[in-house]
Amino acid sequence: METYTERTLTIINEFGLFTDWMDKYNFIIEMGKTMPLIDAKYKTDTYLISGCQSQVWLFAEYTGGKVCFSADSDAIITKGIVNILIRALSGLTASEIIEADMAFIDRIGLREHLSPTRSNGLNSMIKQMKLYALVFKTKYETNK
Amino acid sequence: MFDKNFINKLREQFPILHQQVYNQPLVYFDNAATNQKPLRVINVLSNYYCTINSNIHRGVHYLSQQATSAFEESRKSVQQFINARHAHEIIFTRGTTESINLVASSFSKKYLSKGDSIVISAMEHHSNIVPWQMACEATEAQLKVIPIDQSGTLMMDAYEKLLDANCKLVAVTHVSNTLGTINDIKTIIEIAHRHNIPVLIDGAQAVSHIKVDVQQLDCDFYCFSAHKMYAPMGIGVMYGKEKILEELPPYQGGGEMIKNVTFEKTTYNELPFKFEAGTPNVGDALALKEAIAFMNELGLGQINAWEHELLDYATQKLLEIEGVKIYGTAQQKTSVISFLLGNIHPYDAGIILDKLGIAVRTGHHCTQPLMDFFRIPGTIRVSLAVYNTREEIDALIKALLTVKTMFG
Repeated sequence: METYTERTLTIINEFGLFTDWMDKYNFIIEMGKTMPLIDAKYKTDTYLISGCQSQVWLFAEYTGGKVCFSADSDAIITKGIVNILIRALSGLTASEIIEADMAFIDRIGLREHLSPTRSNGLNSMIKQMKLYALVFKTKYETNK
Repeated sequence: MFDKNFINKLREQFPILHQQVYNQPLVYFDNAATNQKPLRVINVLSNYYCTINSNIHRGVHYLSQQATSAFEESRKSVQQFINARHAHEIIFTRGTTESINLVASSFSKKYLSKGDSIVISAMEHHSNIVPWQMACEATEAQLKVIPIDQSGTLMMDAYEKLLDANCKLVAVTHVSNTLGTINDIKTIIEIAHRHNIPVLIDGAQAVSHIKVDVQQLDCDFYCFSAHKMYAPMGIGVMYGKEKILEELPPYQGGGEMIKNVTFEKTTYNELPFKFEAGTPNVGDALALKEAIAFMNELGLGQINAWEHELLDYATQKLLEIEGVKIYGTAQQKTSVISFLLGNIHPYDAGIILDKLGIAVRTGHHCTQPLMDFFRIPGTIRVSLAVYNTREEIDALIKALLTVKTMFG
């Protein structure tokens, strides 16, 4: 299993191939299409992270000491960006997720999506993923 | 009047338009959110701080007198702009939102109680919904909504039925920020007045496009923001008829709005100062006066004619793209087009348009109930101003075709 650093390096290298913004966004759109989709039964308000412009549903489960994510969004670019986060974080341990620094977002040129004015929920998404990890860690890994 | 040379000369007055974003020439089509400011307006603002900045209405010194008289001249220029009967009917606020909050707060304190109702419309901006909701919650009054049809036009039959003995105020937008619909506010006001109900008009989206005459309309309140009429952000206007303003209690307490203060009792200042607590926004008021002069020199009729030419051209070009659906097809419209491109999410389209140098607004435009009515998550909104061109519309159409290819 790749470490968090190895995963993010892979993503950075993939994005390094594009010199043109349009190729980059075409790649994000493709990523949107290959996302591990949330089970339809979880696509409810409970799992909704509401941004101003697009909606994201995020589900997390704890199996064998690892946290796995699945998600969906009504906007395809948002979906692609969520999938990038999922590729970076899903299947890691709760502690690894909590400690992940997320600086790679900057390196692949998606920093603008982190700004609060974008309101596409990327910030709240990262926060929510880390929160899930923290909850699982507290629930399953404390006092063992 | 608006030939190529004229537009080019006009655009020279707007420095912000002459730049590239992401190596693309900027096309600014988000004018309903805020429009750009001509140099002469920017210069007035900068000149104010370089020459006469000082606190007004209380200083006996030279600068204060200069600033006070310039500020009051600005009030008069707004009075003339909307043809108010008196200058003291013009209250300076921070913008439309504050203007509506002022009325909602002061009016409901005096006139609203349990079982009463306020009538708004289905196409209101959140800023003409939430203040009334808050007032209704505080007084256990009810909020009632005038429905619209699929074209985005108010249903007038349904409107009159809402005006029962419990209705205390009608608050309706002049122009829909999302659909561009121009409401027949003259009739709306006449009908309400037949029932002795006062009317507030949200004029934020109207004042830079349509000539407004508050005496002819006979509205009781008319609210607007300066930043949507070529003036700076941070200043707006609440017009109210003298009689009703005299009756309303003040909104905020502080300096300027008082006549006499003791720890036992405060008596309030006269209009307009009763509603202008604290130091006002003098510099922006002066710049607003200059923006009004800018619009008057062009002529609102001419501005409107050019914007309509652009609106017709853009509408026709957009409809030539397969899959485009326009929301808001009322007979009377300002230069606003809300649309969707097939089933492409407006946010996706907005991101790509941005990268192509085109600034549009995407999302629900602070009109969530309206989006619910059309059962859509949002729209792409193109809103045109006097300095926009046909060539810019061509650039938008080209960019939309790129968007279509990317998500197709």
